[in-house]
Amino acid sequence: MSLRLGRSLVVTASPHIRKRDSTPYIMWNVVASLAPIVGAAVWFFGPSALLVLAASVGGAVATERVFGKGGTIADGSAAITGLLLGLTLPAGMPLWMVVLGAAFGIGLGKLIFGGLGYNIFNPALLGRAFLQAAFPVAITTWPATGGSWLALRGDNFAIPLMSPRVADIVTSATPLGLMKFEHKPTALWDLMIGTTSGSLGETAGILILICGAWLAIRGFLNWRIPVSILATVAAFSAALHALDPARYATSLFMVFSGGLILGAVFMATDMVTAPVTNLGRWIFGLGIGILVVVIRVWGGLPEGVMYAILLMNAMVPFINRATQPTPFGVSRAKAAA
Amino acid sequence: MRLFYRGPHFDHGVHPPELKELTSHLPIRRMPYPDEVVLPLRQHAGAPAKLAVNKGDRVIRGDTIATASGFVSAPVHASASGTVVDIGLWPHPDGTMSDAVRIEVDRYSPQVTRPRMVPHWEGLTPKEIVAAVQNAGVVGLGGAAFPTHVKLAPPPDVSVETIILNGAECEPYLTTDHRIMVEYPGRVQLGARIMLHTLGAKRVVIGVERNKPDAIEALRATLPTDIDVSVLPLTVKYPQGAEKMLIHAVTGREVPSGKLPVSLGVLVQNVGSAASIGEVFETGLPLLERIVTVSGPGVKHPANLIVPVGTKVGDLLDMCGGVTDDAAEIVFGGPMMGVAQGNLDAPIIKGTTGVIVLTFAQVPDARSYPCIHCGRCLDACPMMLNPSLLGDLARTGRYGEMEAEHLADCMLCGSCTYVCPSNIPLAQLFQASKSALKRVKAGAA
Ligand code: SF4
Ligand code: SF4
Repeated sequence: MSLRLGRSLVVTASPHIRKRDSTPYIMWNVVASLAPIVGAAVWFFGPSALLVLAASVGGAVATERVFGKGGTIADGSAAITGLLLGLTLPAGMPLWMVVLGAAFGIGLGKLIFGGLGYNIFNPALLGRAFLQAAFPVAITTWPATGGSWLALRGDNFAIPLMSPRVADIVTSATPLGLMKFEHKPTALWDLMIGTTSGSLGETAGILILICGAWLAIRGFLNWRIPVSILATVAAFSAALHALDPARYATSLFMVFSGGLILGAVFMATDMVTAPVTNLGRWIFGLGIGILVVVIRVWGGLPEGVMYAILLMNAMVPFINRATQPTPFGVSRAKAAA
Repeated sequence: MRLFYRGPHFDHGVHPPELKELTSHLPIRRMPYPDEVVLPLRQHAGAPAKLAVNKGDRVIRGDTIATASGFVSAPVHASASGTVVDIGLWPHPDGTMSDAVRIEVDRYSPQVTRPRMVPHWEGLTPKEIVAAVQNAGVVGLGGAAFPTHVKLAPPPDVSVETIILNGAECEPYLTTDHRIMVEYPGRVQLGARIMLHTLGAKRVVIGVERNKPDAIEALRATLPTDIDVSVLPLTVKYPQGAEKMLIHAVTGREVPSGKLPVSLGVLVQNVGSAASIGEVFETGLPLLERIVTVSGPGVKHPANLIVPVGTKVGDLLDMCGGVTDDAAEIVFGGPMMGVAQGNLDAPIIKGTTGVIVLTFAQVPDARSYPCIHCGRCLDACPMMLNPSLLGDLARTGRYGEMEAEHLADCMLCGSCTYVCPSNIPLAQLFQASKSALKRVKAGAA
C-alpha cells in the first residue's frame, strides 16, 4: 500500500463537522453589539460613563479571574456581565461601589453556582440589586444629560466607605420618576433618542432596538423574549391608559422609558437564565411584561424591570419543565399522562 | 398548524453545507481490482454470516464464502477470484475486530463469475423472490445494512400499502444514490416494480431532495405507466433521509414512538437497494460490489466508484490519488453520522456509502463549554427531544430519567451536536447512555 499519512488519523465520534460558531463567539458578539450603546452613554454622560463602565467590566473580569476556573475570561461572559451592569448604573456612581457590585454579580451571582451556564439569576442584575440595596441613594442620583462633555458627573472618585460628599452637579429625575411622583410625562422623542436622565445605557431606546435586531438576525439572541416583553407591556399599559388616561401613561411612554428596552433586549435574553424552549420564552416574556407594569404602576418604585426579570429568572426551571417539547411520534394525550 | 404550505418536509433539522459539488457531476467509474479483498462475516444488521470456505481454497468471483445464518441474515460472496489466504480477526469499519476472509486476488483472472441463471422474477412467487434476494446477499445500501429481503416479507398481520424509496441522500458530500438515480433510473424502477409485486403494495413514492434535479428528471423520464410510481421532490435538509422524517415528509404522518413504519402500512428502502434488487434480476449476480463516493477536501481526486466489497480503504484512496498533506480524518459514511476509521486496512463493506477525507481545519475543536441553554439543540432535533436536558442527565449518569425523557427515540442523527455552540458531544453522550441503559437493564433482568 502506497498511501502514506503525514500524521496519525484523527478518530472522533460523529458528527465530524460542526456549525461554525461557538459560545465565546456568541458572547463576544453580544459585547460588540453593545459598542454603539456604550458610545451613546459616553455621548450623553461624558467621561463619567467611561469610568463607570471600565470599573464595572474591570471588577467583573477580575473577579472571574481570581475566583473562576482557569481560562474562563476568554469566553466573554464576564465582560458582558460587567458591561451590562455598568449600563444600568447612573454616571455619577462612586467607582468603588461599581467594582463591588460587579464583584458581587460575578462572585455570588455566577461563580458560586458553578460558573458559566449554571447560574439561575442574571449576574448583572443581581449585582445591580445588591447595589440598590446597599447604596440606594447613590444608585438613584441621576445626573442630567447635556452640558460640558469633560465634566465628571458626580462622585466617581469618592473614597470607599466614606459617606459621599454631596456633589455639585445638576441632577434630574428620570422620566418614570417624574411620571410616578409628579405625573409629568416626558416628550416621547426625547425618550426614544435618549436625551433624558437615567442609567448610562437605558436611555436611547431606538439604538438598543437596532443593536438587538442585529444580534437577533445573526441568531445570537432569541427575538421571542424582547418581543413578548415589549408587546405585553405595550398591551397592558394601553389597556390601563384607555381606562384612565389621566392616571396611566401611554404605552409608548411605558415602553420607551426607564430600563425596559435595555432589560428586554439584553438582560432577559441572557440565554443561561432564560427558558430553553420557545414556548417557555413566550411565557417568560409575558411574565416579565406583566410584572414590569404591575411594579411600575402599583409598586413603591418608579422602575420595575430589574425585579421583574429576576423574579422570572427564578421561575425558569418550572417554565422549562412545563414546556417540554412533545417528542415526535408521541401523541399529546400520551405525553400528558 | 401550518400557515404556509412549504412542500413536503419535516420539522426542525439542520442545514449543513451540502458540499456535493465535488462529485455530483462525476459519472460512476469502475476501479481496478485490488491485490487483496477482505470480507468480514459481519456485513449487515442481524446475525453474521456462517463461514463456508477454508484457508487455501480457490474461489471464483460470485462464489458464496459465507452463508446466511438465519432469516435475518444474508450470505457473503467472493467479490473477486483468487485464493483464501487467511481467515481470522481483521479491523472492521465499526472500529472493532471481526472475523473476516482474506482473498488474495488472482491478477490474471478475467473476473467473470461461474455461469448463473437469471431468475425470471415475473414467474416467481413472493416467497421465491424473497429467497432470491436473500441468496444474492442484498442488504440496505443506505448505511444501516439491514437485510433487504426481510423487509420484503412482513409478518402476515400487516400489509404494506406504500413503498417509499429513499433518494434523499441528505448527508453532506455523499453522491452515491444521486449518481445511481441519474445513471441507472431503469434499475431503480425495476426494483420498485419487483417490490410492489412482492408486497402487493399499492404505490411507490420515490423521495428525492430538490438539490438533485437531474436525478428527479431521470427518474421521471423512466416512470412506468402501468403501476403507480411517482417522484416526490423533498426539501433539502438534514436528516431528510432518516426513515421517520422521510415518512413524515411523504405521508404527513408520524410513526408512533416505539413502533415500526409498517404500523402505518409504509415500507422504506434506499434507492440504491432498489437498484440492487433490479440488478439481481437483470444479471443474476449477487451483491459483489457497491458504489462508493470518495470525497472531501482531504482526498486528491474525488470520485464515484464501483468498488468490490472488501477493498481496503487504503487501496481505495490510492486509486483516488491519495490524500492531501492536511488530511486528518477518514470517515465511512457521511460527516454527520459516519464512523471515523483508525485503520487504513478497514475494508469497504456492503453498507459503506462513502469514504470522506476531512482536513485538520474541519475537525471540531475538542474543547467544550458548559450548556448555555441557548436552545439551538431543541430547534434542531427532528425527534422533538430536549437534548440540552438529556445532556445534563447523561453527564450525571441519570439514565433512568433519560429514559423517561424519551432517550429511546433519539436516532443519534447528530443534529444537536452539530448546532451546539458549546461544542458538547451530545450525540456521543446519548449513544453511551443508550448502551449504559442496556447494561443496567441486562444486569437487573
Ligand atoms: S442525536 Fe438524538 S437528540 Fe440529537 S438531534 Fe438527533 S435525535 Fe435529537
Ligand atoms: S445547543 Fe448546546 S449550549 Fe445550546 S442548549 Fe443545547 S446543549 Fe446547551
